[in-house]
Amino acid sequence: MLATSHAFKSNVHDALVDATLQKALGTVKRGFQARRAEAVAKLPEFEALRDAGRAIKNHTLANLDFYLERFEAKVMERGGHVHWCRTPAEARETILQICRRLGAKTVTKGKSMIGEEIEINDYLEANGIVPVETDLGEYIIQLRHEPPSHIIAPAVHLVKEQVAETFRESHKQLDPARQLEDARQLCDEARAVLRQKFLAADVGITGANFLIAETGSSVIVTNEGNGDLTQTLTQAHIALASIEKAVPTLEDAATILRLLARSATGQEFSTYTTFSTGPRRSEDTDGPGEYHVVLLDNGRSAMLGTEFQDMLRCIRCSACLNHCPVYSAIGGHAYGWVYPGPMGSVLTPSLIGIEEAGNLPNASTFCGRCESVCPMKIPLPKMMRHWREREFEKKLSPPAYRMGLSVWAFFARRPALYHALSGMAARVLGWAGKRRGRFRTLPLAGGWTSVRDMPAPEGRSFQSLWAERRGRKR
Amino acid sequence: MSEQPVRVGLFVTCLVDLFRPTVGFAAVKLLEAAGCTVEVPRLQTCCGQPAFNSGDREDAKALARQVIAAFEGFDYLVAPSGSCAGQIRLHYPELFAEEPAWFQRAQQLAMRSYELVSFLVDVRGMNEVAARYEGAATYHDSCSGLRELGVKSQPRWLLRSVAGLTLKELPGAEICCGFGGTFCIKYPEISDKMVREKTADIATTGADTLLAGDLGCLLNMAGKLQRQGSRVRVRHVAEVLADMTDEAAPIGAAAETR
Repeated sequence: MLATSHAFKSNVHDALVDATLQKALGTVKRGFQARRAEAVAKLPEFEALRDAGRAIKNHTLANLDFYLERFEAKVMERGGHVHWCRTPAEARETILQICRRLGAKTVTKGKSMIGEEIEINDYLEANGIVPVETDLGEYIIQLRHEPPSHIIAPAVHLVKEQVAETFRESHKQLDPARQLEDARQLCDEARAVLRQKFLAADVGITGANFLIAETGSSVIVTNEGNGDLTQTLTQAHIALASIEKAVPTLEDAATILRLLARSATGQEFSTYTTFSTGPRRSEDTDGPGEYHVVLLDNGRSAMLGTEFQDMLRCIRCSACLNHCPVYSAIGGHAYGWVYPGPMGSVLTPSLIGIEEAGNLPNASTFCGRCESVCPMKIPLPKMMRHWREREFEKKLSPPAYRMGLSVWAFFARRPALYHALSGMAARVLGWAGKRRGRFRTLPLAGGWTSVRDMPAPEGRSFQSLWAERRGRKR
Repeated sequence: MSEQPVRVGLFVTCLVDLFRPTVGFAAVKLLEAAGCTVEVPRLQTCCGQPAFNSGDREDAKALARQVIAAFEGFDYLVAPSGSCAGQIRLHYPELFAEEPAWFQRAQQLAMRSYELVSFLVDVRGMNEVAARYEGAATYHDSCSGLRELGVKSQPRWLLRSVAGLTLKELPGAEICCGFGGTFCIKYPEISDKMVREKTADIATTGADTLLAGDLGCLLNMAGKLQRQGSRVRVRHVAEVLADMTDEAAPIGAAAETR
């Protein structure tokens, strides 16, 4: 998708004045938080699991070449294929070739963020193949031609009235007088429409939560079972995954699965956890005719060995989004690319450049809630700060801001001068603000006073008062 | 409480120095009540967080060296702010990860640096204060103090001994108020939305007073409450604990409404 991260500030403005979006965001955010807290409270070993999960991922990333090659060997042993793709273009082309060879007309899709990253839907469509999203949220936003605004709840920015309207516009074959007021009715309608699409599809594309090196399996978790239908009913199952999804063993995947659903939705386990290993064997009753794994790098291997390597532990659970006060204020679209929230603020600059995405790591108060709930203990604020350092080194931050910072630092590094100045500022501002106790406007402080008053200083600096007091004592 | 007097260097913080000297004096009073002798090194200005969080490591390091040198002779460094104490305790050693000599000195200081209220309770074993405050107060947990230093129960523990004060828990007390240092001026619209949610939560408590342990957050929340016409009084928790609320009007309030 065309990145609009550079226009973050205007995206933010649009999001904040969008009353429907604000309503949608308001109703969901504390739900996710409460459910996660409840699930974590019920599992005494949750903290130990976080450490175990982090250790598994760290070990895998330190030996990623080994585990990816082992994964490939195991996939091939089971009659499947692994396609190594450096770029989105390579991944798109690989998928198109598979579809073309099989004469595919329609492709069903399970949820995949990598699918968003490589814009596979647009590409297939441009080449005469119809992609159909089968995750309910993804299906809704596909009908609306919108990108997802959340990793696990892609249509979280919508209210159900908007969904009903979309269904009425898109499902013209159905009775216009039908009822579509509640979530159940919307769900049933999507289910009925999608059932036909599943049966008609030629190829199924899913993402992958894990790639298990030990067995050559890809794993997906869903709550709707759409992934199973996507991958078992078709001539070919294409699992689309980025390289950091590898884990060494089945047991490792099981450990991280215990963290994933609890962190994401507060469930103990997702409704469906599906392990796919190779194509259908002769004795199997169902399964795809072919099994392909499209393995995407797209900048990730360049993160290895840098201060951003820890980001590759991310399991896309969305806990950081769900607990981020910035995300819950502005929603996911404002971030301007595939990955929103704190994890996106770290990952997006790695994948599309700090020049495009510089605002993202800056738009954080470093409140630390993201890191405190991250099942993989990724130090998200620290990595956002690393991006600010890169930005500062490249002189990409706004000149006026840099100027202000260097003037401030000049004085802060000279205590005597600083105390003289702060003593004076306290007196001047204290005197000017004495009557009301605060300022409605203040020169050079428009960013502050545009939205709130500025409390006035008491009138003397602490250091000057302390010096006087000590003088008296002597 | 231990009998041995300990030497505390007060890290005033740049915001207290400029905006609210009463908080500094409240800290001194509380520390003295906890059996400490307090000095205020003149060679301190700011902990360097604005530079550190803006990606300017050189200035951040220069300011860190200044603080490390100024506080080396003390048993403890204590700051009436979780944010500045967190910077010194956690991020100073990180800044000098590749300079062994300074790393050692940073580490030494980090181990002896505390946020005021947690220092009083956790290190000095303070159980109560001699203070009176008539009002219903609610308490906001500032992010750095809470998540970097574990400041949560300590202020509530001491506030329960303040005569006349009832504490009403704030829903979402652990959610950021939208200050975030330079964040609030770089992204005023997002900050505004966050602080509006905070003031709405404050209103639901019915409290007449808002307390917190960090002046940055307090200036932000006070400024918003006052812009909205709220009559909630805003104070640093140290002012209440030190029984010094008669010495200054609430933050952002005119002197006569005291």
